[in-house]
Amino acid sequence: MSLSLTWNTAQRVLLQLRRDPRTLVMLIVLPPGLTWLFQYLFAEAPVPPTGPIFNTIGPRIMGLFPLILMFLITSITMLRERLSGTLERLMVGPTGKADVILGYALAFGLVATVQAIAMTAWSVWPLGLEIAAGPWRLGVVMVLDALVGTALGLLASAIARTEFQAVQMMPLAIIPQLLLAGLFIDRTDMPKALEYFSDVLPISYSIDAVNSLLAGDGGAILAPVAILVVFIAVSLVLGAMTLRRRTA
Amino acid sequence: MIPHMKNSEAGAAAISIRALHVIRGGIEVLPHIDLDVPRGQIVGLLGPSGGGKTTLMRAIVGAQIVAGGSVEVLGHPAGSPTLRSRIGYVTQAPSVYLDLTARENIAYFAKTVGVGADGVAATLEHIGLNDTANRPVSNLSDGQRSRVSLGAALVGDPELLVLDEPTVGLDPVLRRDLWDLFHTLRDAGKTLLVSSHVMDEARRCDRLVVLRHGTILADDTFAHILADTGTDNADAAFLALTDRNAA
Repeated sequence: MSLSLTWNTAQRVLLQLRRDPRTLVMLIVLPPGLTWLFQYLFAEAPVPPTGPIFNTIGPRIMGLFPLILMFLITSITMLRERLSGTLERLMVGPTGKADVILGYALAFGLVATVQAIAMTAWSVWPLGLEIAAGPWRLGVVMVLDALVGTALGLLASAIARTEFQAVQMMPLAIIPQLLLAGLFIDRTDMPKALEYFSDVLPISYSIDAVNSLLAGDGGAILAPVAILVVFIAVSLVLGAMTLRRRTA
Repeated sequence: MIPHMKNSEAGAAAISIRALHVIRGGIEVLPHIDLDVPRGQIVGLLGPSGGGKTTLMRAIVGAQIVAGGSVEVLGHPAGSPTLRSRIGYVTQAPSVYLDLTARENIAYFAKTVGVGADGVAATLEHIGLNDTANRPVSNLSDGQRSRVSLGAALVGDPELLVLDEPTVGLDPVLRRDLWDLFHTLRDAGKTLLVSSHVMDEARRCDRLVVLRHGTILADDTFAHILADTGTDNADAAFLALTDRNAA
């Protein structure tokens, strides 16, 4: 792999995104919009003794927005590259597998970062989300959630054969995580088999990190954050390995 | 079957294929191919659709998983890293980014082979897309799209061009212009392997390889093939070769 070839692909992917303003607006505006909707949902509900519901459930839910959006958009964009013949053309030339995957990861990673920061900033300031352990820590977790979505999306594009199938990957990859990540019941209270399963799901660690933040323990997010980073790195390596110079 | 001309000098052939065997989806697409493509010539790969032309080209550029045999390209095994910037490959369907302009597409592929803006401008001139260079490819006609795809392969100034049906769907004027371009490239010392199912393009090639059902029916100059089959046009020659092979 080479830095200039990776950056060449990243620039091209960003240029393609710029040509598609609707997608860009959806990526940046939708997560804050959904967060606002979630906050408004509880506007007239009685405030429980643990504090406003938006403060306790909001941060746990928020991470899902960038994750799902980035997963969907990355998997379909990468699948188009695979199906349009442009990937075959790149693989015949000097561009490496890692250049393609990292180029995509870099371009979508930039968008994911902007998206997650916009969403977190919006929730903290206009919407009044209180994070005692520091909103920037929540921002870090949200950015990682968006990057997990990107990395999983790149990987999912290898399994899907058509765009139709790529869309079906979303409920397959996301809904089980949503159920098992500890949103509805503490992971330690789940049946053992499900608890072990939840141990390999990235969202579990995102929720663990948010739970620590809500408990006011900023230092405790280090371990789950590290696991998320490893998860992203492994997914990207696996994604690059699914590319083939030679195909049947 | 006409025995194909062997290149006596080692390294004289741009492409040298021995006992190539390819299976795709459980079907034997190429049972056994021996072929030499000489350097500095335009070699036409002719034959009906489904005859194995694309599979053979993919094997040459190193994109095809092969079951056996050897494919040497410019003195290296097909798919070698050293070949990646020396071969230009154009797939049958234009493989370019529809949301980018012609210039952006060619500039992107140019950077993959270390070519800058000057090379991009020269290539746009070559393929006659200067006037439409700044429009998204999705707004271009099929013929213009396939020329963008060709430009993306030409921009690196490769020694060997492997072109899969580059003139399909083009009007006669554009076809003539493209063939003029191919001849210019050949005269500059490049080797071109051009597939077509339009037999009429045979006379524009230096040599012809006729492929049907994964078997080479002929590998010779157009004049020799006409003389050998006792015919006076490409279609008749192809039919004669087919009948002879079936007998």
